[in-house]
Amino acid sequence: MQTVIEVENLSKAYQLGEFSTGSLSQDIGRWWTMFRGKEDPFLKVGEENDRTIISDSNVVWSLKDIDFSIQQGDAFGIIGRNGAGKSTLLKLLSQITNPTSGNIKVKGRIASLLEVGTGFHPELTGRENIFLNGAILGMTKKEIKGKFDEIVAFSGVEKYIDTPVKRYSSGMYVRLAFAVAAHLEPEILIVDEVLAVGDAEFQKKCMGKMKDVSGEGRTVLFVSHNMTAMNTLCNKVLYLANGRIKDFGEANAVISNYMGADIKVKTKKIWDHSEQPGDDKAKLHSVRLLNYNEQEIDVVDLDQGFAIEMNYEVLQQGCFPIPNIHVMNQSGDPIFVTSQSAEPHFNELGMHKSIVWLPANLLNTGEYIIGIAATTLSPLVTHFFVKEALVFHIIEDMNLRQNDYKGTIPGLIRPKLRWNSVKLS
Amino acid sequence: MPETHKDWDLIIKPKSNLLDLQLNQVWKYRDLLFLLVKRDFISFYKQTVLGPIWFFLQPLFTVAIYMFIFGSIAGIETDNIPQPIFYLSGITAWTYFSECVLKTSNIFRENAGIFGKVYFPRLIMPLCVVISNLLKFGIQFLLLIILIVYYSFNGYHFNFSVFNFFLIPIFIVFIAAFGLGVGLIVSSLTIKYRDFALLLSFAMSILMYACPVVYPLASLSGKMKFIVLLNPMTSLIEGFRFLLFGYGSLNIYSSLYGIVFILITVFIGVIFFNKVQKNFIDII
Repeated sequence: MQTVIEVENLSKAYQLGEFSTGSLSQDIGRWWTMFRGKEDPFLKVGEENDRTIISDSNVVWSLKDIDFSIQQGDAFGIIGRNGAGKSTLLKLLSQITNPTSGNIKVKGRIASLLEVGTGFHPELTGRENIFLNGAILGMTKKEIKGKFDEIVAFSGVEKYIDTPVKRYSSGMYVRLAFAVAAHLEPEILIVDEVLAVGDAEFQKKCMGKMKDVSGEGRTVLFVSHNMTAMNTLCNKVLYLANGRIKDFGEANAVISNYMGADIKVKTKKIWDHSEQPGDDKAKLHSVRLLNYNEQEIDVVDLDQGFAIEMNYEVLQQGCFPIPNIHVMNQSGDPIFVTSQSAEPHFNELGMHKSIVWLPANLLNTGEYIIGIAATTLSPLVTHFFVKEALVFHIIEDMNLRQNDYKGTIPGLIRPKLRWNSVKLS
Repeated sequence: MPETHKDWDLIIKPKSNLLDLQLNQVWKYRDLLFLLVKRDFISFYKQTVLGPIWFFLQPLFTVAIYMFIFGSIAGIETDNIPQPIFYLSGITAWTYFSECVLKTSNIFRENAGIFGKVYFPRLIMPLCVVISNLLKFGIQFLLLIILIVYYSFNGYHFNFSVFNFFLIPIFIVFIAAFGLGVGLIVSSLTIKYRDFALLLSFAMSILMYACPVVYPLASLSGKMKFIVLLNPMTSLIEGFRFLLFGYGSLNIYSSLYGIVFILITVFIGVIFFNKVQKNFIDII
């Protein structure tokens, strides 16, 4: 295996704010300081990139001291929250902008699918645009000529190839543009799904192209918020947070780390005494996400069962609240509700702990929300109902898939069912 | 892992030599340059009835207007050269310069979309402007030659010589270089402060009247002549006319001044352009 991309100490600073008279005088000050042979004052005040903190300097490090290397044939994923520096990293790799410090060494030609349709001129015909766009993407005229028929066939717009592209439907336009990009044969392909616009079919095509490329032993760099796709396609993943490397390594491990660190993810909650949800009869103290060994976890594996534990206090003698949990999908639609079937006669004054075990292979991969409630039945009273008590992800270890299908399996639930097929004749 | 090979194809570094134009990269992308020029040329007359004839009509209209305003109303003499070819020669040379400046000065803003998505040597775009406009210049120049031939047959005598004819391309190169140089400087300045782009349109019209496009240099004297001679375009246009018609004043000192001025401008333009091209996308 040889290294095709080596990134050393890479940093990128951006200047914030508007450019006007203020920045002009600042610029002149900078030039003067640097003219006298001193360090650029502009870069001294930089600090870590965290959008949620207002800093007093107007310089921000979008990337800071990044080091990694990519081997030939890697399907290399880059993940991180919005603003973590993913796009900046791609921009640096594709030479759109230059680093502030550090360097990148590349072996082979880099091309990216985010530039689909770049440089298309509406007045030119499909034919003329294929040549122009191909040349912008770095192909020579000879290369394009050689692949011209293939590109046209792939795009499926043969009939309109001599019509100006401004008369194309948007679908035809994108197909033609993609056909050109897909026939580039770079040693390193960058796919930024975050920026890729287009319909589902188009996105599928992108993913298909990516798989082809990585299947041929070429290198792919993939940026996405879709962790299932990431898990399916990539063998190595780089996790960026606030412009720094948070984690790097095998896809599965890094993705579960990322999902556990998701800002929305809540796998444990303990309320302060004054904030405990509930009424004068029952109060919720805490709730936790556990594995079957009752250890706290951040993320759930598809083929592992998990448990939800709640601690609550009964405040009135003779009150028998029934604990129940509401399992909801990412958008808050209920999937099911479960509660202890009979009135628990042990419910007396004082603290109680209830645990519900959810089996493996019940819910599909994705993000889930757990609501926690306690209800008395006659009369019907809800003592507390916390709608977003827990938020977590269920992920799948791709190595454990029994078959060769590596794509997404649709559906909210993912039961393992008994199948039987026999030959009849 | 055997890490013996260190022959990287590309090393991306924060800073590089300001004078390194990466001309080898430009050469690698020469097909793109050619296709971009073709695009400019075709899209100019797409969806017009008259098509490429517009390349002739545009300067002819301008000549007609100049003949009316400067020739008839203002009564400015044209150095014994027939008005149409006097104005056309001035317009052809001046338009080439001003188009180069105006188009190049906009290069970053106009192409921010492409530049922000894909890498190719940024210098391709200014070069494309210069070459596209050279084609337009060529068409107008052809028109000029046709008119000169027409007037020769109708009794006008031109001091035309073959030697002069071979000097013309040198003048054209200098016009292009000056346009490119000024355009590159302005384009680099407008990235952060767009004021320069607004100033430029005024500056260009002042510059046009401060050089002998609508009047011959010979009609000026004293202070006025000195000021007009400060404009490097003056010696270029006067020289251009001299080579074509054999009339006019081609002064060796003012030509030398023009050449030095233009070379310095191109040098500064290239340095400015090289300095900003790497990071302009962050601030544009």
